[in-house]
Amino acid sequence: MEFNTSPYLLKEASVQRVMLKVLLALVPGIAAYVWLFGPAILIHLALTTVAALLGEAVMLKVRGRPLDLFLGDLSAVVTAWLIALAFPPLAPWWLTVTATLFAIVVAKQLYGGLGQNPFNPAMIAYAVSIVSFPAIMSQWPGTGGDFSSQLQVIFGLAPRVDGLTSATPLDALKTALMLAGDSHSATVAGIRANPEIFGLVGGHGWEWIAIAYLAGGLWLIQQRVITWHMPTAFVAGLTLIAAPLWLWHPDTYASPLFHLLSGGAMLGAFFIVTDPVTGATTPRGKLIFAAGIGLLTYLIRVFGGYPDGVAFAVLLFNISVPLIDMYTQPPVFGMKDQ
Amino acid sequence: MLQLFKFKGGVKPATNKVQSVTLPIATAPIPSRLAVPLHQSIGGTPRPLVTIGDKVLKGQKIGEADGWISAAVHAPTSGTVIEVGLYPAAHPSGLTAAAVVIEPDGEDRWIDRQPVNYAELKPEAVRELLREAGVVGLGGAVFPTHGKLTASKTVPMEEMVINGAECEPYITCDDLLMRERAEEVVRGAGIFRDLLRPKKVLIGIEDNKPEAVAAMTAAVKALGDAFKEFEVIAVPTRYPAGGAKQLIRVLTGKEVPASKRSTDLGVQCFNVATAYTAWRAIAHGEPVISRLVTVTGNVSEPRNWEVLIGTPMDELLRIGQPKPDTDGIIMGGPMMGFLVPDHAAPVVKATNCLIAHSPTLFPPKPPEMPCIRCGECARACPHELQPFEMYWFSRAKNFGKTQEYAIFDCIECGCCSYVCPSHIPLVQYFRFSKSEIWAREREKQAAEGAKNRFEFKQLREEREKSEKAEKLAKAAAAQAAKKAAEAAAAAAAPAEAQSAAGEVAPAPNATVDAEKEAKRATIEAAMARAKALREAAQPKNVDHLPAAVEKEIADIDARHARILGATDTPPPDAEKNS
Repeated sequence: MEFNTSPYLLKEASVQRVMLKVLLALVPGIAAYVWLFGPAILIHLALTTVAALLGEAVMLKVRGRPLDLFLGDLSAVVTAWLIALAFPPLAPWWLTVTATLFAIVVAKQLYGGLGQNPFNPAMIAYAVSIVSFPAIMSQWPGTGGDFSSQLQVIFGLAPRVDGLTSATPLDALKTALMLAGDSHSATVAGIRANPEIFGLVGGHGWEWIAIAYLAGGLWLIQQRVITWHMPTAFVAGLTLIAAPLWLWHPDTYASPLFHLLSGGAMLGAFFIVTDPVTGATTPRGKLIFAAGIGLLTYLIRVFGGYPDGVAFAVLLFNISVPLIDMYTQPPVFGMKDQ
Repeated sequence: MLQLFKFKGGVKPATNKVQSVTLPIATAPIPSRLAVPLHQSIGGTPRPLVTIGDKVLKGQKIGEADGWISAAVHAPTSGTVIEVGLYPAAHPSGLTAAAVVIEPDGEDRWIDRQPVNYAELKPEAVRELLREAGVVGLGGAVFPTHGKLTASKTVPMEEMVINGAECEPYITCDDLLMRERAEEVVRGAGIFRDLLRPKKVLIGIEDNKPEAVAAMTAAVKALGDAFKEFEVIAVPTRYPAGGAKQLIRVLTGKEVPASKRSTDLGVQCFNVATAYTAWRAIAHGEPVISRLVTVTGNVSEPRNWEVLIGTPMDELLRIGQPKPDTDGIIMGGPMMGFLVPDHAAPVVKATNCLIAHSPTLFPPKPPEMPCIRCGECARACPHELQPFEMYWFSRAKNFGKTQEYAIFDCIECGCCSYVCPSHIPLVQYFRFSKSEIWAREREKQAAEGAKNRFEFKQLREEREKSEKAEKLAKAAAAQAAKKAAEAAAAAAAPAEAQSAAGEVAPAPNATVDAEKEAKRATIEAAMARAKALREAAQPKNVDHLPAAVEKEIADIDARHARILGATDTPPPDAEKNS
C-alpha cells in the first residue's frame, strides 16, 4: 500500500475534464464561424492544434515531464483553438503555426508549463503577431467564401485579393471616423449603414458568432467551469465606458451593444479573461480584473492604434493579478466583522 | 421552527451510511488482550496507577489525570496487567505510546459503581466527576469535556449545541446511538445544560438520519418539561455540517473564529456520544471504558459495535469479516481519517469508525497535476480560506505566508483535496506546513530556554563572585576595625610610654574604616530590601489557588498543549463529529 492520506474520496474531476468542457463550449461559436465565413477557420484549428501538441510534446520531452499526462490534459489544445479563433481566418498558415509555437514554447513551457504562466499564451501569440505583422492581422474575410479559395489563400497558392478580405467592423468604423476627422461628415449611423460590413447591432455575421460564444460561455457557468464574476464584470466594464460616451455623442461613439458583439469581446469575456491560470482568483479580485479588462479593451479599441483591444488589455491585467489577489483576500470564517 | 443558517463551501460525497445501519448495535466480545493507551485526550498524559501483575477490575482507574485539562483512564474489563509500556498507537505516524496492557480474566467484574444525583452536587464536583470518569469529546477531538463546561464570565450562555450531525461518509455510530439510546443522550445533554445554563439546547442532526431525528424528538418530548428548552433540528446534509463550528453556524448563525472560544460567543458544542457517556458516568457510575465503533467498508457484515477501549483494531475488524482484498484499515471517516500503520493498534476514545480499505472501494489517486488556480478549493472550503494560495506557499516552504493566509484556521476537513481537479493532496501540504511551523516554534522555545538558562547561570556566577568579594571585604573590615580598636586601646594606655609619633597613626585609619563600614551597611540594607521585593514578586505557592486561577492556568496549559500537540490535534472546541 502506497503512502496515502485522507481524504480517501475524490470527486470525479480533472484538468482534462475542465479543458474538454471549454473546448465543447467553443463548438457553437466555431459552427457559426464556419456557417458564416466558410471553412477556413477549420484549417487553422487543425493547424494550431497540431502545432500546439507538437510544441508541447517537444518541450515536455526537453523538460523531462511525462508526455501522456500533460498532452492529455488538453490545455495546449485550448490555447490552440483560442489562437485560431482570435486570428483572421485567412491568415497564412505559417503565421498561426508560428504564433502557436511561440505561445506554447515561450509563453507557457518556458515559464514552467501548465499552471505556471503569468500571461495568457493565446493573447501573447496575438500580441506578438499584431506587432510583427499588422497588415496581415487586419485582413478579415467577408461572409461567404468557399473552401478551395480560402485554402489557397491560407497556403499562399493564390494572391490575397482585396475582394476576399476586408477590415473588421471595428476597424472599418474606426478608420472611417478617423478619415472624416473633425468634419463630422461621417457618423456612426452612416458608416454602419453598409450592410456588407455591419449587421443588426454588431458586425455583419460576427454578431451571430458572438452570440454563439455567449451561449457556450453560459453553459460553462452552468457547468461550474467558470463563475459569473468575470464575464459579468467584463461586460459591465466595457459598458460603463461605452454607454456614457455613446449617450453623449452617438455620432462618434458606437453603442455598447455594438462593442459587446464585435471583435473579441464575447470570446474574451467567456474564454480568455476567465483563464484561471492567468486571472485573478478571489471573487472581488475577479470583478476588478475583468472590469478593468473591459474598460481597457474599449480604450484601446476606440482611442488606440490596434483593431481590437482585448489582447493587450488582458496582458496588462495579467501582470496585475498578484497585486489584485493580494488586496482582495476575502475574510476567513468568523472574521467578517473585523 | 428555528431559522437555519448556511455555511459557505462544503461538499456532498456519497454517504455510504446505509450499509452499516441495518443491524442494531451489538456488543463486541472481550478480546484476548486490551492495550489501553494512557494519553487518550487533549492535555496532560495520565500517570499510570498500576504495575505489571496487578489485578484490575472493570472500570478501575488505571491512569490518573495529570493537570486540569486531562482525563482519567480506566480498565475496560477485569483482568491482570501484563505490561505497562510503549505500544503501537492509533496515530498516522505509526509511533508508539504509553499503554497499560491487560489480559482479561473473562469475568468482566465491575468495580463498586457509585451512581450520584448530580443535582445535589456543586458544579465543580460534577466537573471533577466527569474528569475522573474519563469523559472526553467523542466526536474525534477528545477534548476533556469538563474543561468545556464552564461558561464565560462575561458573555451569557445562549445556545448549547448537541452535535448529532455525523457528516462523514460511512460513519453511523452516532446515528445508531441516537436511535437506540436517545433518552440517555438527552439526559446527558441535560447535565451539560445544568452546568452551563444556556437559554436553548439545539440538537442538530443531518437530515439523512430521519430515524435518529424521530427518536431524539420523541425522547425530548417524553422527558417533559424539564427539557423544554431542548429542540431537535434536522440540518441539511452537506459535509462538513458536523464540524463544531459549521454546526454552530447552521443552528445559531454565529461564526466562531479560530482565535476565540465558542463560549466567548455564548455558545458551546458537545457530541451526542459525549453526552451519553457523561450520563453513564454520573447516573450509573460507569467511567468511559467502551464506545460505539462503526465497522464498515470492505467487510461482509458492516454494523456498529459497542467496543472496549484498548481492543486491537485487527481483532475488531475480524468480527466484521473483511473481504479478501482488504489491504488496510482507515480509522475515522474517509474524509478525515487515516490509514492505521499498525493494525494491532488499539481502539481509543477517538475511534468512531474502522473502514476496511480496498483498492476497489478507494481507488488509487490519479497522478498529481500542477495547480491551475481554478479556485474550486476556495469555493469548497468551509472556513473560507484560499487553499491554493496556502498550497503555493507550503510548497515554497514560505511558512510565514501560509500563516498570513490563515493556515491555522484550516480544520483539515479535506473538502479542498476532494474537489481538486489536479488531484493535489492539499490537506497533506497543510499538515506538513503546520507541523513544520510547530517544530520551528518548539526549536525557538528550546533555544530561548537555553538562552535564559545561560543568562541565569551568568547572573548567578556574577552574584556569587560579588557576594564572595563582599564577604572578603567584610572580613577585612572587621580585621581592620579590630586592629584599630587594639591600637586605640594601646593609645589610651598612658602608662606605657610610647614616644614615637608614628604610633598614633592607626587612629585616623580607624575613622576611615568606620566610615566605610557605615557606607557598606547602607548598601547591604538596600540590597536586602531589593531582594525582599524580588522574592515578594515571585509566585510562592501554586497549590492553594482559587479554582478560577487554577482554571486559567489549566487553560493556558491546554493552549500550550494544543500548540505543541500532535499534527492532527484540532482546537479544543472543534469537537469534530466526523
